[in-house]
Amino acid sequence: MTVTAVRKDPEGLTMTLDAEFDASPERVWQLWADPRQLERWWGPPTYPATVTAHDLRPGGRVEYHMTGPEGDQPHGYWEVLEVDAPRRLVFRDGFADADGRPNSDMPINDVRVAISDIGAGRTRMSIESIFPDAAAMEQLLAMGMEQGLTEAAGQIDAILAEDGVPTTTAR
Amino acid sequence: MVVSVQIAPPDFDRMFGALADATRRDLVRRAIEGEEGVAELASHYPMSFAAVQKHVAILARAGLVTKKRIGRRKVVRTNLEGLRVARRLLDEYEELWRGRIGRMAALVAENRKEPNR
Repeated sequence: MTVTAVRKDPEGLTMTLDAEFDASPERVWQLWADPRQLERWWGPPTYPATVTAHDLRPGGRVEYHMTGPEGDQPHGYWEVLEVDAPRRLVFRDGFADADGRPNSDMPINDVRVAISDIGAGRTRMSIESIFPDAAAMEQLLAMGMEQGLTEAAGQIDAILAEDGVPTTTAR
Repeated sequence: MVVSVQIAPPDFDRMFGALADATRRDLVRRAIEGEEGVAELASHYPMSFAAVQKHVAILARAGLVTKKRIGRRKVVRTNLEGLRVARRLLDEYEELWRGRIGRMAALVAENRKEPNR
């Protein structure tokens, strides 16, 4: 299984997800650093991404749009904050208008990517996503970023079982 | 577009803020039964009635519990739907990233089969 752990912290508005790949850190880094590869995984199949600018340096920007089944094209950008190839990438992910200008009415979230060699030709990638507030998280999800979302079970036991300690769930 | 939350305007900040406290999470858990009033709930905690009352008020304002009159008593009852909303948001975000990582893994695997790429 690629995804090895998920920690969701509703109070801290943070989600951390660990994944392991049969590949080197350099190979995993390419998924982020090569715009042609990035656009093959960033958007869901029904909303493929097109990366139009890709300057992966601190202060640099990545610009993209996604094309939906109805021809709608939501635009987005990353504001690159930290880069340490092939280990670490921190960026702010936001929405933009059609000209690529950040749309401040839209939600943003910070994403921290950590990539490490775990031996035997395998690499762990940890994605930590932090929302500035719950409203931003709700808004981002409501934007239809992901089509065909599974109706989450919403199990009450799950939220209550957390009891403040971020839980690790493996599916 | 896709994510529809059919609950009259939830205040997510307030909801998450209310859940950011161990005592309040415990109160939410106990109030699922919906049989105890504030005084009975307070007896479970090493704190004053007033302190527990305050926690209950915070939960009520966040829409996580309601106070319901049963005969002469007022019981505190958890609003299950409110809790589900909070949980669902993170679940959906998890699905978004799971989809991305699945596509990443496929790309890496594809690349291994084509060493000359």
